[in-house]
Amino acid sequence: MSVATKERMEVIEEEHPVAPFLRMDRIPHIWCSTCGIGTAVKCYATALEESGVDLDKAAIVSGIGCTGRVAGYMKLDAFHSTHGRAIPFATGLKLGRPELLVTVFSGDGDLSGIGGNHFIHAARRRMDLLVILVNNFIYGMTGGQNAPTTPLTAKSSTMPFGNYEPPFNLPHLAASCGATYVARWTSLHIRRLTKAFKEAIDRKGFRFIEVIAPCSTLYARLNRLGTGFDLMQFYHHSTEIQHGADPAEVDIGFQDKIICGKFVDEDKPMMLDLMHEHYKKTLGDKYVPMPPEGGWLHE
Amino acid sequence: MSRTEIRITGFGGQGVVLSGYIIGRACAINGGKHATMIQSFGPEARGSACSATLTVSDTMVLYPYIRRPDIFVVMSADGYATYRDEMKDDGILVHEANLVHPEPKKGQSVFGVPSTRIAESLGRPIVQNIAMMGFFAAVTELASREEMRNAVKDSVPPGTEELNLKAFDAGVAYFDDEYGQAAMKKTKAAAAAK
Amino acid sequence: MKADPAGVLAGAHYLDGDFACGEGAMAAGCRFVGGYPITPSTEVVERMSRRFPMMGGIFIQMEDELASMAAVVGASWTGTKSMTVTSGPGFSLMMENIGLGAMMETPCVVVNVQRGGPSTGLPTMVGQADVMQARWGSHGDYELIALSPQSPQEAFDLTITAFNLSEIYRVPVMFMLDECVGHMTEKVVIPKAEDIEIVPRRLTKKPPGEFFPYRVNGNSVPEFARAGDGYRFHTTGLTHDERGYPVMSADCQEVCVKRLLDKINDNADDIIMLEEEDIDGADVVVIAFGITARVARMGIELAAKKGIKIGFIRMITLWPFPEKRIRELAGKIKAFVVPEINYGQMVLEVERCAGGKAATVSVPHGGGGVHDPDVIRDAIVGAAK
Repeated sequence: MSVATKERMEVIEEEHPVAPFLRMDRIPHIWCSTCGIGTAVKCYATALEESGVDLDKAAIVSGIGCTGRVAGYMKLDAFHSTHGRAIPFATGLKLGRPELLVTVFSGDGDLSGIGGNHFIHAARRRMDLLVILVNNFIYGMTGGQNAPTTPLTAKSSTMPFGNYEPPFNLPHLAASCGATYVARWTSLHIRRLTKAFKEAIDRKGFRFIEVIAPCSTLYARLNRLGTGFDLMQFYHHSTEIQHGADPAEVDIGFQDKIICGKFVDEDKPMMLDLMHEHYKKTLGDKYVPMPPEGGWLHE
Repeated sequence: MSRTEIRITGFGGQGVVLSGYIIGRACAINGGKHATMIQSFGPEARGSACSATLTVSDTMVLYPYIRRPDIFVVMSADGYATYRDEMKDDGILVHEANLVHPEPKKGQSVFGVPSTRIAESLGRPIVQNIAMMGFFAAVTELASREEMRNAVKDSVPPGTEELNLKAFDAGVAYFDDEYGQAAMKKTKAAAAAK
Repeated sequence: MKADPAGVLAGAHYLDGDFACGEGAMAAGCRFVGGYPITPSTEVVERMSRRFPMMGGIFIQMEDELASMAAVVGASWTGTKSMTVTSGPGFSLMMENIGLGAMMETPCVVVNVQRGGPSTGLPTMVGQADVMQARWGSHGDYELIALSPQSPQEAFDLTITAFNLSEIYRVPVMFMLDECVGHMTEKVVIPKAEDIEIVPRRLTKKPPGEFFPYRVNGNSVPEFARAGDGYRFHTTGLTHDERGYPVMSADCQEVCVKRLLDKINDNADDIIMLEEEDIDGADVVVIAFGITARVARMGIELAAKKGIKIGFIRMITLWPFPEKRIRELAGKIKAFVVPEINYGQMVLEVERCAGGKAATVSVPHGGGGVHDPDVIRDAIVGAAK
């Protein structure tokens, strides 16, 4: 056995700090090099660890797409659901067993395109979900088609001459629908993003964090934006941190500045609290709440 | 196999469906028969014509809809106009006396009750349909008076039983006074005196 | 195990089929319903949303039927018995996540109070034209179970059966009422809780680490772990191995999908419920389901007066189809007569299984009403010739 091989083996044996939170038997993951999703996953895992969450009571739900694969790599009770339906699936999980910490981890196309209606309604009813949306401005897994988040004039495989449809400003959408926590960071902001995840884990209600992430394979290539490194440099130069900024003012133009920060952080009761309070008031002693461990009937 | 078909009609808000429910409950739960009720569904709001049908049988009701009702209960002129022609030639018409002015065919028997006035005299016009049910019970004897009375008690909102049973009893009493044996005797006596 | 008394409204009631179905669900232990209003099914959830807060149940009115079905699959993964309720247009939207339920092997019940279609069709009037959709509505190969009640009493009884079957076989069970049965009010007797047998979720006893979500060990149905018990399992709508991990290969597809089919087909004899009358010596056998089964009996009574020997099969289970029984009878009788409130759906299955050994007569009805019994009589008389 050569020395070089020996050294390599030692490197392999060293465990990644968040390995206990991942399904290492499924690594390597499917994401392209320089993709920002992995960074978001690392930050999320770190946040779980530092928050001291009981991982047995944490569930994660993804939809379909590149970010839709996150649930598949997290070593939690993990559900890889259907395209756009991660939020309603997670709603069922949360209501079926209210003690669970339920995270939805999915992409911009999944959550704001095909799943847009579920997004606004979960926010409206203040469903107790942590929703992490990785926004790479494009449908990645299917090959770079236009998304509801693609900036004006940016090119996609279905808008080859540039996008002419105004995109969503997602923090504004979430905030105006009733989200209790709204923040945006890029995959460059590792510490701030981790902190945001930790804060959001501790809050109640519909918590929404948008993670701007590079897709160098498609978005950057179609728009001639350079490599993943170039995109990270772009984030470095073009992000502006404005905590408490008016969410209505944080829309993203093509290769324009990206306003990051925590825009909403309100202590408001979530849907289940509202329901309990209301039923206690209207039904009194007749009200029997769903037990925290769910409505499962014990033999 | 006996099969009795009933249509109840009135305007929305008169308690047409509850009336059907009471008759069905009296026959099926209290009377041990089979009774299938179908309510007509549609964009019917308060004030427009509304209808429920019932089929009462000794055996399972195989055909759930009615074709030519044996008994036609009418609480509004509109309802009468809509459904009068389908009634059986020897059918029984039970109607609100002040709102419906029937023109029966030969062979059809007609029984009117001022159920709205009766309900008003009890202070609550809303129990009009229950007065009608008392009258219906006495006219048709499809279910016994007691079975119908118990069905009323079990079908109305809790706390309103007393008022509703009063209305029911008033409807029964109206039949006894106007059509019952006593009334018949009175009529006969009057005729004899002439 | 026995039913939870909190959900059992024991006694004799005068209920419509929709209410009876809701009572059946609560008696069966259903404690989560996600739904979206649609005529003529809404009474089911209206009933349940009024009673659920008193028994630890949650009804949530979702934003659409896509969400309703997704929420039901999600809730079921917590071990909470879950159901949704809809009619044709909503059923179409649910197909996506009915497929997910089938693929993830999720016990749940989908109630479809059928109205006339296609599209918006006849919202307040009867149809039975979703029965093929119940079987084939979602894409890909899968098997599930569909039941059809003929009365409010059965809407109660069979809803419990639907939940039990969904637990035993880990499939979504389609509960195919029709508007007529749903909106028909009749006597419904609800037994005491101690007289109602319900099947609880079969939770694994293996410790985390030794448990694989889709390992069957020669059984047809895997054991279940619910979210929040420390198993940290993974499940997906993708083709998966016994760990619940996606594997994109023809080999894995074969193993994964074949078992979804086998677990139902191999147990078809246990699942299928038929009610048979006067089959021995019959020349003509009438096959019907739902409200049409009742009307068909009237047609049979009328035709019997003409001296025809008529047997009757009422399909309580629509899917899996009673293939074996139809094949058996095909060689012995002249003809099958199949009235249904559609332009000929289940009759295709009958015809397939009859395999030319007996004639097959469709008695269609477009919806909006039930058959005229005389039409069924005439079809029987015609088939007997």
